Amino acid sequence: MRLKLDKNSASETKPAFVYANIVIIVAFSLIFARLWHLQIIKGDYFKDLSENNRIRIQEIAAPRGIIYDREGIPLVDSFPSFDVSLFPQDVPDMPALIPALSRAVSLNPERLQAKIEAAQGFSPARPLKIKTDITREDLAMVETRRLDLPGVMVDMVIRRNYSYENLAAHLIGYLGEISPEELEQEEFINHKIGHFVGKYGIEQNFETDLMGENGGRQIEVNALGRKMRVLGNLEPNPGNNLFLTLDLELQKAAEGAMAGKKGALVAMDPQNGDILAMASKPDFDPNLFARGISPENWKKITGNPSSPLQNRATQGQYPPASVYKIVTAIAGLEEKIITPETTFHCPGAFPFGNRDYLCWKKEGHGRVNLRRAIIESCDVYFYNLGLRLGVDRIAKYAFGLGLGKATGFPLGHEKPGLVPTSAWKMKRFRIPWQAGENLSVAIGQGFNLTTPLQVASALSAVANGGRLYRPRVVQSVKAPHGETLKEFPPVEGKILHVSPETLEVIRESLWGVVNSPGGTGGRARIDGFNVAGKTGTAQVVQRREGRGELNLPEHQDHAWFACFAPAYHPRITVVVLIEHGGHGGAAAAPVAKKVLEKYYLRQKDKHPSPLQVAFKPIDDRPEGR
Amino acid sequence: MLDRRLLMNFDWTLLATVVFISVFGVINIYSSTLLQTGHLKPLYLKQIYWLILGMGLMFLILYFDYRTFVRYAYPFFLFCLFLLILVMFFGRTTSGSQRWLQLGFISFQPSELAKIGLILALTRFFTEDDNPHGYGLKNLLVPFLILGFPVFLVFKQPDLGTVVLLILIYASILAFIGLRLRTWITLGVGCAALAPVLWLFLKDYQKTRLLTFLNPDLDPLKTGYHIIQSKIAVGSGTFFGKGFLKGTQSQLHFLPEQHTDFIFSVVAEEWGFMGSFFLLFLLLLLISRGLKIAQTSKDRAGAILAIGVSAMLFWQSFVNLGMVVGIVPVVGVPLPLLSYGGTSAITTWMGIGILMNISMRRFMLSR
Repeated sequence: MRLKLDKNSASETKPAFVYANIVIIVAFSLIFARLWHLQIIKGDYFKDLSENNRIRIQEIAAPRGIIYDREGIPLVDSFPSFDVSLFPQDVPDMPALIPALSRAVSLNPERLQAKIEAAQGFSPARPLKIKTDITREDLAMVETRRLDLPGVMVDMVIRRNYSYENLAAHLIGYLGEISPEELEQEEFINHKIGHFVGKYGIEQNFETDLMGENGGRQIEVNALGRKMRVLGNLEPNPGNNLFLTLDLELQKAAEGAMAGKKGALVAMDPQNGDILAMASKPDFDPNLFARGISPENWKKITGNPSSPLQNRATQGQYPPASVYKIVTAIAGLEEKIITPETTFHCPGAFPFGNRDYLCWKKEGHGRVNLRRAIIESCDVYFYNLGLRLGVDRIAKYAFGLGLGKATGFPLGHEKPGLVPTSAWKMKRFRIPWQAGENLSVAIGQGFNLTTPLQVASALSAVANGGRLYRPRVVQSVKAPHGETLKEFPPVEGKILHVSPETLEVIRESLWGVVNSPGGTGGRARIDGFNVAGKTGTAQVVQRREGRGELNLPEHQDHAWFACFAPAYHPRITVVVLIEHGGHGGAAAAPVAKKVLEKYYLRQKDKHPSPLQVAFKPIDDRPEGR
Repeated sequence: MLDRRLLMNFDWTLLATVVFISVFGVINIYSSTLLQTGHLKPLYLKQIYWLILGMGLMFLILYFDYRTFVRYAYPFFLFCLFLLILVMFFGRTTSGSQRWLQLGFISFQPSELAKIGLILALTRFFTEDDNPHGYGLKNLLVPFLILGFPVFLVFKQPDLGTVVLLILIYASILAFIGLRLRTWITLGVGCAALAPVLWLFLKDYQKTRLLTFLNPDLDPLKTGYHIIQSKIAVGSGTFFGKGFLKGTQSQLHFLPEQHTDFIFSVVAEEWGFMGSFFLLFLLLLLISRGLKIAQTSKDRAGAILAIGVSAMLFWQSFVNLGMVVGIVPVVGVPLPLLSYGGTSAITTWMGIGILMNISMRRFMLSR
């Protein structure tokens, strides 16, 4: 590659240079002319403007979108509140102002003084917030004493209002002041320090839909800081509204039933995966966060050992215990290890290896078939079944039901749970799977972990004939004037590869758990509403022979109850987990019943002919129990 | 390699002008960041380090014949593109745009370096492809690609100011090498047709910024406020200025970005029309010196190269000053040697090095 050099053409004056010089001269003349205009002709005007720069910026906050339940009842909205702010530049005599202002807004003068001092060095065009959310009385005080309070302004701001306080707090989430990291992100390009954005739950996940666009006003003020004229005005755009799948009445019932307990409740529509209610206890009041949470309150929440901010329905991972017998039973039937009529004898324990695996019922269930084993939750029956199936064949059906991985819950931070397999154990612990572990897995103990939401979605699939839905919380996003902007239709996931006959047997058995004599879930029975369910009692501490019952509260078992109703054409699935609640049938089933009752009574009100499906009670208890 | 003849031809006026502008810049950065806290090192000190580094780079550039740079123009250009791609993936994001590469404790803006890369690559192309009868559209296919790649990558960041500069530099070089009248018309029509398409690709805030220029009421709280406050700052300087460190607009922080893109408002406020006039005179001197070097360069490569660098200095100055005084939309372009910014300082000094290099070797015979 040779460059052509020594060209003389460049040294002679080309017209291009003349043009270039002309362009440059013209461009610089424009700048000079403009400078002359600004600095010489209008210089005095601008100098005056700059010496008492009278341009102020007032922000007009956009109202955040409203969150509605499925019936269109607002759960979260916004209402106007008033803030007092100060432009220190406009205050002629600060020492005189401080006592007057502190009286008007009922604020300690020392604190006021400190606030003003701390703000020195900030842009004078932006106001300094003195007190947020003042009372009506303070507002009247400030307004009537406007003349004694130069430089003081009252701004109307929009405050987030969670009308039902703690209700569905984990789903709805809360707001917090925008962080420096968030300020760097493109979606927050219009935000400034001090703005509030969603930090948790729907408030966070649907931030861009809810936030709207702030407006503002550029105003010129007089020497006393009073508004003279508006130079520019930008109307705010309110945020978009969300319509949830949540049912307020049901959610209230769920919150009420769970009051004072620790755990989670999920109510789902098994026909489409809609979350009708979701409660996690302990909880918190999002109103505490709405205008910046006080350090004391924050400490109270984060310092609580029961972690009230955790959504136990999606993030709590618990051994599924006997609820898992549904999976083992499906596996046994599908793999043709048993038929519904296969019986095993339960003497109260199952000797295997060098130890006895106990049944929860010490005296034993006697000879039981599958239905009876589910109804009475016989452990020995499932030990036998688990041993014959092996962990991997159980896992196959557990995965099929969506366990062991996140359900796709739209609010994120969901825990996947755990479905153990022999390969998983080898990889995780480098120890081969032990035959005895098949026994624990079959009754949902051992390594198994599930979230209440996973159980709800798996049970819904069993209830609806095998369709696994992704849980849905938000139905649609609508503009303030009603136009639908986004829709989130139900998402049908996998179809279970389980024969209708198998599901039929399971459903019958689950109906029996609640409705048949000797069933463990009798406390969830509602006359006329064929509830079908399964209890579970998850051991927190392993109970071995010879070791007495442990009575410390944190050693108590977790109580499960997972149910749907009516048994045929189910409309609702309810899953309850009570941490350290004791027995599932005693602690969790009555909680689920309260929610089911609410649903049933309302359904009866709506339809003159009650939704009753004739169902023949079964009594196939073999003799000798 | 630097023999006596080369030193004799050293352009002292150019160096003095550039040093003077740089020192003036540091003084104003000092004034505009006096009350800023939160930086580990005062920004004016950092700017001094950058300027010294830039000056060192300039002397390094003098050491080699500029034709060497033209010879390696394409690899250098590809290197610039590589850095721009790197920014896309690993760049640091600040206020919504991804422009910075973090190299240890310093951050670096490859889009600045891309200007030099573009100038070198175009020089290389037009030196080899001499067409005395004027270029037609077909001849411009390769140069168009040379422009297109960096423009696309910088547009993605997004950095509208640098995109505008790259296109202006490109257009200046085309104007200099001479296009047929028909080609100009076609290009003009083509650009006019393309503009609405490009508009679609702009981010909302960029659109607002451009429209706000035409109608300040569109965005009275950000860009509109910015324009008004900048005008107040400049105008209130009147003839003699308010004096060093005495600008009320800048000291009270009415102006955001007053030490970077809006540094001239500080100059105009504190030094008045007099100071502004003096600064503009220095910039004009610098640019016309560049043009002179292009004119007296003994070869085509030197001429195109010098034109490219002069065009870069000129358009950057004009767009920035125009922005501050409110006759050009706010697109975000630094004022060469005055605005705070390491990469900008280094790039400008590299450009100066190239100009001096051409000037020094204008009487030398080719090897």
